[in-house]
Amino acid sequence: MSTVAAALTVERACVELGGRPILREVSFQLAPGEFCGLIGSNGSGKTTLLRAILGFVRLDSGQIRLADGTTAGRLVGYVPQKIALDPGLPLRARDVVALGLDGARLGPALPSRRRAEQVEQMLHAVGAEAFADQRVGLLSGGQQQRVLVAHALVRRPRLLLLDEPLANLDVRSTAEIVALLRRLSREYGAAVLLSAHDMNPLLPAMDRIVYLAHGSAVAGKAEEVVRTEVLSELYGYHVDVVRVHGRVVVVAAEASDQIRAAVARDPVHTASVP
Amino acid sequence: MFAPFMVHAWLLATIVALVSGAIGFFVVARRAAFPAHALPLGAFPGAAAASLLGVNQLLGLAVFCALGVLVISQLQRGERREVASALWLALSLAAGVLLLSLSGVYAQSINGLLFGQVLGVSREQVVSVAVLSVGALGVLALFARPLLLDSLSGELAAAALGRTGRLEWIFLAMLALTTVIAVPVVGALLVFTLMVGPASAARAFTNRPWRALAGSVALSVASVWGAIALAYLTNWPVGLFVGLLGAACYVSGRLRSAGAVAQAG
Repeated sequence: MSTVAAALTVERACVELGGRPILREVSFQLAPGEFCGLIGSNGSGKTTLLRAILGFVRLDSGQIRLADGTTAGRLVGYVPQKIALDPGLPLRARDVVALGLDGARLGPALPSRRRAEQVEQMLHAVGAEAFADQRVGLLSGGQQQRVLVAHALVRRPRLLLLDEPLANLDVRSTAEIVALLRRLSREYGAAVLLSAHDMNPLLPAMDRIVYLAHGSAVAGKAEEVVRTEVLSELYGYHVDVVRVHGRVVVVAAEASDQIRAAVARDPVHTASVP
Repeated sequence: MFAPFMVHAWLLATIVALVSGAIGFFVVARRAAFPAHALPLGAFPGAAAASLLGVNQLLGLAVFCALGVLVISQLQRGERREVASALWLALSLAAGVLLLSLSGVYAQSINGLLFGQVLGVSREQVVSVAVLSVGALGVLALFARPLLLDSLSGELAAAALGRTGRLEWIFLAMLALTTVIAVPVVGALLVFTLMVGPASAARAFTNRPWRALAGSVALSVASVWGAIALAYLTNWPVGLFVGLLGAACYVSGRLRSAGAVAQAG
């Protein structure tokens, strides 16, 4: 993979905040168009890693390289965590997408057909035409997420970072957003790095997983990484990777015993248990 | 109403309304009503200090505004913006009490600083305000898009610009410049009305950002014109009508929003 220009290379990245290690020698690479889940529980360092890639947080050691060697700006699209859009703001969904295109530019926005076309195209790509002229703060969570994805993608970045985009979404919106991101990452050739505390909605879509625990990471294909031996070594204590009803659950040893007991009591509803 | 001595008043008030209405759009978009109150009011002791030292009032306002921007922008990194603004207001008003007691400024000129002095302005004052206003509107036009993006989300703006925090600083500096322009004319207390009333009304009537900005400017100018006309007809103070019309704008906006929500729900 090192022969092809990677969309993102993270090499032994370390971050300490207030003397506490947040990231410990995190290393992984993303190829263009790859769809990668950044999985870990709250406090595992996901947001810090994304912010470090954006250049908001400085590394204490290690390196982060983007496709052309620069940080942020044109090559990175970003959808932040739990963004609360003010319903009072006079901004339509299409204005938010237009701001993704040229919101950083100085001077007043002049009307331009090309710009309007680019925005229209992007609204279509995320399936937001129906509510393009509605006030963005009044849209549903799933609709807002689509608009923010369009905002982040409209400049055709090589890398798209999303911080917990599936939090606060219902099951159906979650599946729709994952499918949308998967399709767009292929179409636009953008590598997607998406953080989530639950890997299950992403399992069918992920090319690659970066699993974070206490600031350390393992990266690879999901079937290589989400295994009892690998994750136990990462956590530093024994965890079990349990598959219940087609879902993957990572549990500490005691909890996994309880799950086994529950399954033993109700074997009818249990498809596959290791 | 349009006698020669009134022409300067109309001109000056119009310029001030243009600038206040424009910056007001961003004040409301950024939910920065409190800093927009604290900076002008916190700058008014600067004018008292200027008269104590015998220098131009605008200079005193400018110095206190700059101090206010510095205190608020530095403090709000650790604290919330409201806390930073409140602290600045407390500090500057404390200084103001002292300065007023030392300088022995007449109650009449304090009244003018708080509630404005539209009538009896000189040609020179109109020119200096016009020059400052062109500058202020120019800078605002330059940063309009980044400021709007930053109002939507600071994180998104930081990702697009590759750095954080710079825009809040620019916004506060613009607020300070508006203060210097507007306080001598509409007063430290009433400039706030002119920034918040028209802007919050305008955004209730449109979903388009630049239309809301234009609407805010239009309502602001209309409020000031209405206030001068009513004051001329009734012989009551201009400030009364600036305040009343600003509040009327705000209430109409709230009614419109409530109507829109009721319709949607």
